[in-house]
Amino acid sequence: MENVTESIGKALHDKFGDALVKQELIVDFPTFTFKKESILDVLTFLYDFEIYKFQFLTSICGVHYPDNVKEEEFCVVYQLNDMVKNQRIRLKVYTSEAKIQVPSVTSLFSTANWLERETYDFFGIEFIGHPNLTKILNMDDQPYFPLRKQYQLEDETRDDKDDSKFGR
Amino acid sequence: MSTENKDIIESKVNITKAPEGIEGAGFFATSLDQVVGLARKNSLWPLPFATSCCGIEFMATMASHYDLGRFGSERLSFSPRQADLLMVMGTISKKLAPVVKQVYLQMAEPRWVLAMGACASSGGIFDTYSVLQGIDRIIPVDVYVPGCPPRPEQVIDGILKVQELVGKESLRRRSSPEYKELLASYGIE
Ligand code: SF4
Repeated sequence: MENVTESIGKALHDKFGDALVKQELIVDFPTFTFKKESILDVLTFLYDFEIYKFQFLTSICGVHYPDNVKEEEFCVVYQLNDMVKNQRIRLKVYTSEAKIQVPSVTSLFSTANWLERETYDFFGIEFIGHPNLTKILNMDDQPYFPLRKQYQLEDETRDDKDDSKFGR
Repeated sequence: MSTENKDIIESKVNITKAPEGIEGAGFFATSLDQVVGLARKNSLWPLPFATSCCGIEFMATMASHYDLGRFGSERLSFSPRQADLLMVMGTISKKLAPVVKQVYLQMAEPRWVLAMGACASSGGIFDTYSVLQGIDRIIPVDVYVPGCPPRPEQVIDGILKVQELVGKESLRRRSSPEYKELLASYGIE
């Protein structure tokens, strides 16, 4: 897996230069971190990459790192598969809380439509260029993005809970 | 009726007892409340609003082994407009809350509500942003059946509790100011 990461990494570096921020192998999962502006180009490149054709977008999800340095509080993670050669990779882009925007990849993968809506619904990450960026799972008038770590895990409307009975 | 037939009826078939009243040759006098209560309580039409695991337990309750039909609730109504009893069984997410409320509003008075299981009663294990913490936050509930999930015996017990309420309910209750106030507290006209 080392050399897979190396070879993909080299090709990506040759093509995108500094936009490739970091490459690493996490257990057996080649992972590449990019500047967010380049994500659509990277995915387009990987779609017709000569070694592996990453033509299947398995998932997009958000992550909130409240303790990260400024500009990198939010992360969007893309997982892609080459179904023929059974190879997967993970791409990451970071975005700041102040300007929480990432380019949409719906023009390349239709499946990104719902995945990006879900990520928007739960983290409030805006995907620029998405045709219909509205909430998908939560109720429409939910006033906040629940998976951001600034909220309590438990429902805040409860007033009947006695902490001593929950071992706290 | 021959005594033989009477014996059979008394031994095998459970017939509800007549309410208290004055009986004589050819007549029987009692209060309207009691007669209506008797009729209503023994022919409840439940509307199953089953969203998750508790709904599975309700299927067992309706099936031959436990057979809710024995208690006069043979006929499930899948239209709220023809139902007497709304049985909410399962986790109600906040997104689904308006639907539950709308179903309740579509039911004609008199209507009763049974919350089955921890989720419907209090949110249960799902103490989280997406789940309604008990349906009594949006509609009035008459009987709560605890458990996760409750056994069919418990559900039947809950239905019998509802029947008790139904049987004793005064005919004027639904037009009383207290009842209007209760509905108003839920924002229902
Ligand atoms: S109370 Fe338990 S069994 Fe019933 S719906 Fe909730 S989680 Fe499922």
